[in-house]
Amino acid sequence: MKVSYNWLNESLDLSGVSPRELAEQITLTGIEVDSVSEPANELKNIVVGHVLTAERMADSDHLNVTVVEVGQDEPIQIVCGAPNVKAGQKVIVALPGARLVNGLKIKKSKLRGVVSNGMICSLEELGFSDSVIPKNSEEGIYVLPEDAQIGEDALPYLGLNDAFIELDITPNRADALSMRGVAYEAGAILEQTPKFTGVNLSEDPTDSVDEYVNVSVENSEDNPIYKMRVIKDLVVTESPLWLQRKLMHAGIRPIDAVVDVTNYIMLEYGQPLHAFDYDALNSKDILVRRARGSETLVTLDGQERKLSSDNLVITNGADPVALAGVMGGENTHVTGETKTVALESAVFESSLIRKTAQALNLRSESSSRFEKGLNKETVQDALDHAAALIASLGKGQVVSGTAEVVSEEPAYQTVTTTLNKINGSLGTDLTVGEVENIFNRLGFENSVTVDEISVTVPPRRWDISIEADLLEEVARIYGYDQLPSTLPRSESVPGELTHAQKLTRFTRHYMEGCGLGQAISYALTTTEKAAAFSLEESAPVELDWPMSEEHKALRQSLLSGLLDNVQYNVARQTKNVALFEIGRIFTRQEKDLPKETTHVAGVMTGSLVENSWQETEIRVDYFAVKGIVEEWLDTLGVLEGISFVPFKELPELHPGRTAKVLWNGQYIGVIGQLHPQLAQDRDLNDTVVFELNMEPLLANEQDTLTYESIPKYPGTSRDIAFVVDESVLHAEVMDVMTEVGGKWLRSIRLFDLYQGDNIEAGKKSLAYTLSYLNPEATLKEEEVNSDFEKVKQALVERVQADIR
Amino acid sequence: MGIEEQLTGVLAKAVTDIDSAESVKEIEAIRVSYLGKKGEITSILKGMKDVSPQQRPVIGKKANEVRDELTAVLNQKKERLEKEALQKQLEAETIDVTLPGRQVKKGQTHVLTQIMEDIEDLFLGMGYQIIEGNEVESDYYNFERVNLPQNHPARDMQDTFYITPDVLLRTHTSPIQARTLENHDFSKGPLKMISPGKVYRRDTDDATHSHQFHQIEGMVIDENITMADLKGTLELLAKKMFGEEREIRLRPSYFPFTEPSVEVDVSCFKCGGEGCNVCKKTGWIEILGAGMTHPNVLEMSGVDSSKYGGFAFGLGPDRIAMLKYGVDDIRHFYLNDQRFLTQFKRKG
Ligand SMILES: [Zn+2]
Repeated sequence: MKVSYNWLNESLDLSGVSPRELAEQITLTGIEVDSVSEPANELKNIVVGHVLTAERMADSDHLNVTVVEVGQDEPIQIVCGAPNVKAGQKVIVALPGARLVNGLKIKKSKLRGVVSNGMICSLEELGFSDSVIPKNSEEGIYVLPEDAQIGEDALPYLGLNDAFIELDITPNRADALSMRGVAYEAGAILEQTPKFTGVNLSEDPTDSVDEYVNVSVENSEDNPIYKMRVIKDLVVTESPLWLQRKLMHAGIRPIDAVVDVTNYIMLEYGQPLHAFDYDALNSKDILVRRARGSETLVTLDGQERKLSSDNLVITNGADPVALAGVMGGENTHVTGETKTVALESAVFESSLIRKTAQALNLRSESSSRFEKGLNKETVQDALDHAAALIASLGKGQVVSGTAEVVSEEPAYQTVTTTLNKINGSLGTDLTVGEVENIFNRLGFENSVTVDEISVTVPPRRWDISIEADLLEEVARIYGYDQLPSTLPRSESVPGELTHAQKLTRFTRHYMEGCGLGQAISYALTTTEKAAAFSLEESAPVELDWPMSEEHKALRQSLLSGLLDNVQYNVARQTKNVALFEIGRIFTRQEKDLPKETTHVAGVMTGSLVENSWQETEIRVDYFAVKGIVEEWLDTLGVLEGISFVPFKELPELHPGRTAKVLWNGQYIGVIGQLHPQLAQDRDLNDTVVFELNMEPLLANEQDTLTYESIPKYPGTSRDIAFVVDESVLHAEVMDVMTEVGGKWLRSIRLFDLYQGDNIEAGKKSLAYTLSYLNPEATLKEEEVNSDFEKVKQALVERVQADIR
Repeated sequence: MGIEEQLTGVLAKAVTDIDSAESVKEIEAIRVSYLGKKGEITSILKGMKDVSPQQRPVIGKKANEVRDELTAVLNQKKERLEKEALQKQLEAETIDVTLPGRQVKKGQTHVLTQIMEDIEDLFLGMGYQIIEGNEVESDYYNFERVNLPQNHPARDMQDTFYITPDVLLRTHTSPIQARTLENHDFSKGPLKMISPGKVYRRDTDDATHSHQFHQIEGMVIDENITMADLKGTLELLAKKMFGEEREIRLRPSYFPFTEPSVEVDVSCFKCGGEGCNVCKKTGWIEILGAGMTHPNVLEMSGVDSSKYGGFAFGLGPDRIAMLKYGVDDIRHFYLNDQRFLTQFKRKG
């Protein structure tokens, strides 16, 4: 809503408050101000001129040489390119030295050798938008009324000596979608009661509206108030300048005096109106009803609309003539030939209008007001005011009476609260007098005592219906800047991270410590990528109406997005990428909401250590990443239950370099190298990834850690080296050694793995150190030897080891 | 030559030898050759058997003196040589301490997480719990339970990604409030919570819009919570995020789930309120929305709104990060360009 300061000044005394001060106060007490514009600040030296002569320049097909009287001693010569310039017109002249919008400066100049001492202006050159300029002035200069005074400042004629406050109106404050609503709001701020000029409506007592129309409403819930007046004997012309400029500044294009009045009244009262060409209705009957499935209507914009029972229509008893509250019909709209106007002022059910406007993509100033609600008290006032104005501008007469169907009277709601409640909710110390004053400023009848506060809210503030609404009114008029600042004085409750939250934070810090940076990727991706790397088969969770294929389905793994990130980095010459992400993945479930599972995933590519003056490059490999994961699992205290099993089934990963991660037999994740084919497709070098479901690990409650005494006795160790088939896994060897290792075996460390010279093809040599310790006593050589012997034997028997 | 003279002669010779010694090893050899079991002094003293008993103590004393002196000279020289050797070693071991250290790879927390964690920590300290909800929600919890029934005009304010007519990607973290409220046992104390997380809007991605972004909402419900408490809490939050000298101002606004509702501006941290391009010449920057929880929201969760009330606030970490660090494109947060991410590793 763009509010004209001068217009507002018609009902309030704004002499003590500048537009910017007013805007600031409106922002702080009620409605956000988007901007304040004062066009006169950038327009200078623009006057009313009188075109004495206008002649086409000899060698030009569009330039005119004009002589214009501008209130100086001599008329001046101006070259003008507008097709509509004519002798005798009053026009807007930018004199040399003038400033127009966008800093444009006017100087004496020569066009094709002809001197031009200024410029005759179009509205666009004065800052009016194309969309609000009257059609007949669109292609040229704007012509002022004949009584414009030559040489006078032209800005007041165009309402440019005004300030415009653009309000950003939230849905609850639709009452401020009218000048009157804004006047009440500003009045409350300025402690003034707005004064509106009454309507001087004179009706033709010899003619009754009943002779013209017979109004009926099918369903009063759809249409609680419908009113119609008839204005006859009209001559439809252009509107006067005062009306045109008010509309243009509000962002509405002037059309003709009838349509302009309906728009003007809508701006003034917030009540949308619709004018029908009465003769085109071809019927006395006006019936408001739901459209029938097969009906169509050609709307004002020339489009044929298919209607449904979700649309409310105005009919002439038989056929639709307008889409209620949204748009009129082409056949019944007012034209230059219209003699009699049937003028509608109504209240339609808001959600019905919203649905229709949305379905037909026909949002307008009118429909949005019906959607957001309107002041039911001024339905008649607006109608009367408009009828009087149409009659006066069109030299016609208002037929006496209003045809109407009214099933709902405007409600004055009484809302109560108490002083204790107000002060208790706001943290203030307001007195009875202060509260009373606030409601008086708002113009609400009230009775305020220490025990009870009762407020009668007028229909113009239909947003107020409960106690909390009253508290808001008090708070904002009192001023939020006046509120004290305190902290809740509640019973203390501990604020602490949950076990899972602590482990999640730890995980982040751990990964960062390992050199991986935290990524946050898009959860929505392509359907194909969403399913990639998923640990669990699931149909994708897809959007019903996506914006693009790129963001259509919810991810079922984090790796898919992380890989996009790696690719993005590598494509931008960042060769070493190490990222991790902690986030949700989504699995479709029958009936319920999709299951959301927190995963942690990581990707590494490039080098772990770069070549430097003292270090040789170490490339990222499977084992580097596995080490990171193993140490993390160990810190969580779950490593003992973890096993890594060769895994060939995940198509995105290298079948020979991928392990499934099992925790107590449960499949919780994968570690592996990106499949070479996928790596090639994505222009990546060797890339190693992992993804783990964190949830079982986060839910796992560990026993309290107990201190183990530091061993007092020395341990001992034995080395063993043997050759086995290369297909024998380290994990199998470990299982054997751990199983038979005896009670003093504390740890086993692989210290060598060798294949090549001196080792038979298809075989590998492994070497381990077994560490033994008895915490209670010094270990005896014989004990260790016999335990170690068992390990040797078991390896020979169970993995066919050839001990060296 | 008497034994005494012999001893004196040996001492002189030894001192000359010591003088010319150049290493600790030589010194030790000299020590053995004079003082060892087969050393010169020992062999001179073998002549004692021919000395008269009266003379013996005198010679004995002399021998001890020579021994002591010789030992002292030896030790002195040895110490000096050791010092010199150490000095040489240190010189030889000198490195260019300005050469770069060995590579340490360290990742960094995503800037959005940093902002959220700072806020979480502030509120944890004030006794709030952190509650994370689902990113996919029902229409019922996302809209109806926060006082946005079907056909409510404010539903236009947020365009929504629907999965089915009843299931959607949450447009704000508010459904967590409803879910937490309906389960909270007020006999165990007030409800104080904050909920950080991802939210989604049906928006075309560009420099200032993202279909995915983050939100943190906070809520306190108890008896006797006032709007002044909200103001005080938000002041703390603004100072935590933008610095101690920041002020806030509350402006009336509208959110369906709060009444009164306010928008909160912080005094511009760039110009301090003078007016600049960050604050669009107003001196104030809008950073969050807040208000007193709407009684409908409480009642729908089964909370008696005549007894309990409180406040809620919400802010966008993405917007905060953009303002605070001057990030000019919201998409940076989700593309994970390492040249972007690593800029936020500084902790100090
Ligand atoms: Zn600033």
